Amino acid sequence: MGAPKKSSARVSEDHDELVRVPLQAILIADSFTTKFRPITLERPKVLLPLVNAPMINYTLTWLESAGVEEVFVFCCAHSKQVINYLEKSEWFNQPNFTVTTIESQNSVSAGDALRVIYERNVIHGDFVLVSGDTVSNMSLTQALLEHKERKKKDSNAVMTMVIKRSKTNPAIHQSRLGTDEIFMAIDPDTKQLLYYEDKADYSKGTLHLENSLLADNPSLSLHHDKQDCYIDICSPEVLSLFTDNFDYQHLRRHFVKGLLVDDIMGYKIFVHEICSDYAARIDNFRSYDTVSKDIIHRWTYPLVPDVMNFGNTTTKLERQGIYRASEISQSQSAVVGPFSVIGFGTKIGNNTKILNSVVGEGCKIGSNVHIEGCYIWDNVTIEDGCKLRYGIVCDGVTMKSGSALEPGVVLSFKVVVGKEFVVPTYSQVSLLQQPIEEDSDEELEYADSTSAITSTLDKSDGESDSELSDTHFNPASELGFGGVGYIWPKCEGGHEEEWRHSVAPITEDKILEAVKALEDELELILDGNTLPPSGELKPNSIDSDEDDNDDLRDDFDKEVEETFLRAVHENIQENHLTLEVNSLKLSYNKIAADCAGALFYAMMKYAVDMPHSSAERLTQNVQAVLAKWKKVLTSYLNDMDEQIEVILKFEEMCLESAKEYAPLFAQILHYMYNEDIIEEDAILSWEDEKKEADESDKVFVKQAQTFIQWLKEAPEEDEEE
Amino acid sequence: MDFQVVVLAGGVSKKLLPLVSKELPNALLPVANRPVLSYVVELLELSNLKDLIVVVEGKDVALNVGAWISGAYADRLHVEVASVPEDVGTAGAIRAIAHHLTAKDILIVSGDLVSDVPVGAVAATHRRHDAVVTALLCNAPISGPLESVSSGGKDKTKKPGRYDLIGLDPTKQFLLHIATGAEVEKDLRIQKSILRAVGQIEIRADLMDAHLYAFKRSVLLEVLDQKSAFQSLKHDVLPYLVRSQLKSEVLLNGTPQAEENGTEKVNSQSNQQMISQILANASEPTFHLRHTLGTIGSDSVRRAHKCCVYISGSSKYCARLNSIQAYNDINRDVIGEASHLSGYSFSAHNNIIHPTAELGAKTTVGPHCMLGEGSQMGDKCSVKRSVIGRHCRIGANVKVVNSVVMNHVTIGDFCSIQGSVICSNVQLQERAILKDCQVGAGFVVTSGSEQKGEVLAKK
Repeated sequence: MGAPKKSSARVSEDHDELVRVPLQAILIADSFTTKFRPITLERPKVLLPLVNAPMINYTLTWLESAGVEEVFVFCCAHSKQVINYLEKSEWFNQPNFTVTTIESQNSVSAGDALRVIYERNVIHGDFVLVSGDTVSNMSLTQALLEHKERKKKDSNAVMTMVIKRSKTNPAIHQSRLGTDEIFMAIDPDTKQLLYYEDKADYSKGTLHLENSLLADNPSLSLHHDKQDCYIDICSPEVLSLFTDNFDYQHLRRHFVKGLLVDDIMGYKIFVHEICSDYAARIDNFRSYDTVSKDIIHRWTYPLVPDVMNFGNTTTKLERQGIYRASEISQSQSAVVGPFSVIGFGTKIGNNTKILNSVVGEGCKIGSNVHIEGCYIWDNVTIEDGCKLRYGIVCDGVTMKSGSALEPGVVLSFKVVVGKEFVVPTYSQVSLLQQPIEEDSDEELEYADSTSAITSTLDKSDGESDSELSDTHFNPASELGFGGVGYIWPKCEGGHEEEWRHSVAPITEDKILEAVKALEDELELILDGNTLPPSGELKPNSIDSDEDDNDDLRDDFDKEVEETFLRAVHENIQENHLTLEVNSLKLSYNKIAADCAGALFYAMMKYAVDMPHSSAERLTQNVQAVLAKWKKVLTSYLNDMDEQIEVILKFEEMCLESAKEYAPLFAQILHYMYNEDIIEEDAILSWEDEKKEADESDKVFVKQAQTFIQWLKEAPEEDEEE
Repeated sequence: MDFQVVVLAGGVSKKLLPLVSKELPNALLPVANRPVLSYVVELLELSNLKDLIVVVEGKDVALNVGAWISGAYADRLHVEVASVPEDVGTAGAIRAIAHHLTAKDILIVSGDLVSDVPVGAVAATHRRHDAVVTALLCNAPISGPLESVSSGGKDKTKKPGRYDLIGLDPTKQFLLHIATGAEVEKDLRIQKSILRAVGQIEIRADLMDAHLYAFKRSVLLEVLDQKSAFQSLKHDVLPYLVRSQLKSEVLLNGTPQAEENGTEKVNSQSNQQMISQILANASEPTFHLRHTLGTIGSDSVRRAHKCCVYISGSSKYCARLNSIQAYNDINRDVIGEASHLSGYSFSAHNNIIHPTAELGAKTTVGPHCMLGEGSQMGDKCSVKRSVIGRHCRIGANVKVVNSVVMNHVTIGDFCSIQGSVICSNVQLQERAILKDCQVGAGFVVTSGSEQKGEVLAKK
């Protein structure tokens, strides 16, 4: 598969000057997440209306205007709906712009999607990779040019990511789009991406960059103020990379990180920063809200309602940023505030106020209704006296008179809210019940549930009416008198985070809470900040938690430590422990020195973890542990190198993970010598090795100087005797 | 200017053996026939800083340094020489002389700095930002120190000229991260909280901490007082202040005096100050201010302090004499590309030959050379890019290239000296050939011996 692919790519490159390759794009019409549930149980995300036009229209319009000639739309969840929509729309019969759909039912991730596309063998040159929820007006020319130039110089430059400056709120760790904060390291000269960290672990106060990143560059810039636009310009190799690494699922978490970590193939990723252009991806309800407002405020021009005009209706921009479609009947006493959008054929009753909201087509809004910051889709009926604040109301919803929505509510399709019923804040209401097998683990969220559910839903689409009539009777009570729908129980984990991703503005107490947490975190960093007695500051002293140190050690060390602890607690015999460590050694392809180091670490760690009140007691602990397990350790200490490894390990522990040992270094070393764990030659050659080292590394050699001196003199005495 | 200046002149550094001794401590090591300390003192004098405390290690050294200073500067400067015990570290040295410090800000400079960076500009930067510490950064020298060559086999990633890793904000005014010494070779660890507050940190490996700092006295003394384990200003105090800049611990204890307390000021004046700063500078408020004001409504008060930098321009010269390699480099530079530092006027041939020096027939002294008072050279000698001290006697057919020859050195006929340092009172018998050697004071190199890369010194 790989060989013909490559040759075709090369041919197209060679002819670059002569034959122009049409610019291709892959549009993934599935986000493979569950952030838009419950709405996405019934309709694919790319077809959700964004300021009264389906999201995919924004993406396709942009791709067309940016000079893309061929788009492959990859459909997975609700693929029939997407294909039907595209067929009905005019996208299939545009001149100079072909849209082809690729359908796959069993893809669970973007990685799978790209593997399917690779098999189709339709991509022949550099392509633009976007998802169907991207809103942008950027020009691709510059980015494409840069990508091609780089590609010519270095064939390993396979991808260019588009980024944009955006200040993340440091207190709540998220951007205005509701996405997580991202830490990136970029070479300021070449714009090469060197490090990428999203889904940051907040418990860790430090960013850990490998020293090798700085080996080639005199400088690099770390960014926290950039937003990933999820618009990538890729070389065709990207597709084959996904096929080669069949475990790559997520574009960022697996693919980008995989390439950055892997230094064997040497693939490189670069970034292109846009300044004045707009680019954003709708990842969750908060970004839905933000992007909608940006569209209304015309940051996305020409992608604004009065210019785009999809379908037959025309929308006009009035003063104060009010957009109105035709055939609206609005009562004289009704007020539509600035920056609102009212769709075609909507009726608005007396004394109704609509502020900062988007109302779709054919809605009936009664009298004395108050709507603020809401997204009301098509054919919604809102009876008199309702109050709606910061919610999303999907097609066909009915709100009976006097009902109300608290901030952050999502009402899915055809839900009926009963009379005078108040839907509590952040509720998610749907006619369908919450799928049970939901995995709250983010890593797996796209793994199983999506495809299974969607297929049943697609089937049921036709017969949903009959099903709905059944449900009419059952859940009536949950949404008040005459209400229809289930309020989804909040899953754990989601509860904590719901305010982050909802359309409701973040309340002040949440921010204060976050600020408080931030301060605690700072305190933690400083508290753990005890200095080693030598006064030479080690970077590791910044870490407060041992977990961090554990991360630095590889799996093998951890595995050995666990094995050792199990042996201690379950009284496993020495030779059995040796067997187990031997098998670990083989499976991790390690040498005896590694085993010795890891075992020794485990023992010393165990000793220091035992309760001890004084340094003396700690020494006794060490002696007891070493005496008991000496045989296991010495079986790996046949060679001088292995013994030196143990001494080095000990030194490292004294500096980093177990500073309690620092003052006892010489004493314990002496004990190990007496117990024949370490031989004289090893100690002397260790000292010898350290002679060249920096002053700071010699702390322990100095500490052990008297002992070493004694060792050096001792043999002479032997001779005399 | 309300700055007190402390010059840390050290004692007898092991790294510079065999060039230095009790009689010739680090501070008095001649660079282009002038003690290295004179470069710092004159640099300070240029900025009108005439009140100095010179701190040296050991009593003997203090006597030697004191004698030289009183001879050279008695008429124009007020210099006090203080001696501290050996091996107390730079932090210990400041602790020992703390009772002398009274000014609001303290300028601490290493006595081995050879530079033409305006010290006044560093002080002004410090004052302008009301920083707790301002460090001078300069470009890392191209030529690597000797250590990196010898240990080069072990870690291949190490490149010469990498001394510190420095994190700066985009405006290059604030110091956000510093890794020095052994940390440079380790993985980089950046505090996320600082990155969050600033948004962007630029990590530079091509800058070096020149060991010239302006400290706020109250903060410096408090840190030294509380953290008794701190030994070094560069390795302990500075990184500590940088790390804790958004969660300042300094000035929390004790009664802060209103006049000298910048952090208090930031905290007490809230929004108004932010607005006034925006109006005044027409630029964004610094992240420190935003950070401290971010907590309005929260009960705890955030404290932050500023760590600033002054980056010397690339045209400025800045080097520290802290290794033998550096000694060679600095001597070469001071009579070469940075000749304005030497304070001498060069001849038409771009060299300095003292009028009392005597040259034999057909002897050539090339450009970038210096020949001291009363030195004599025989016939057919050749000197290139080298410094020769006072009252040396050099025979015929001698070659001196890229070397430093100190005072009262006797060199026999047909000797060849290349890339070496010859200390005072050394005797080179005829036909000795030295390449990349250091010869300690008073040593006698026997005739005809050939040495390469050796350290020769009296036992």
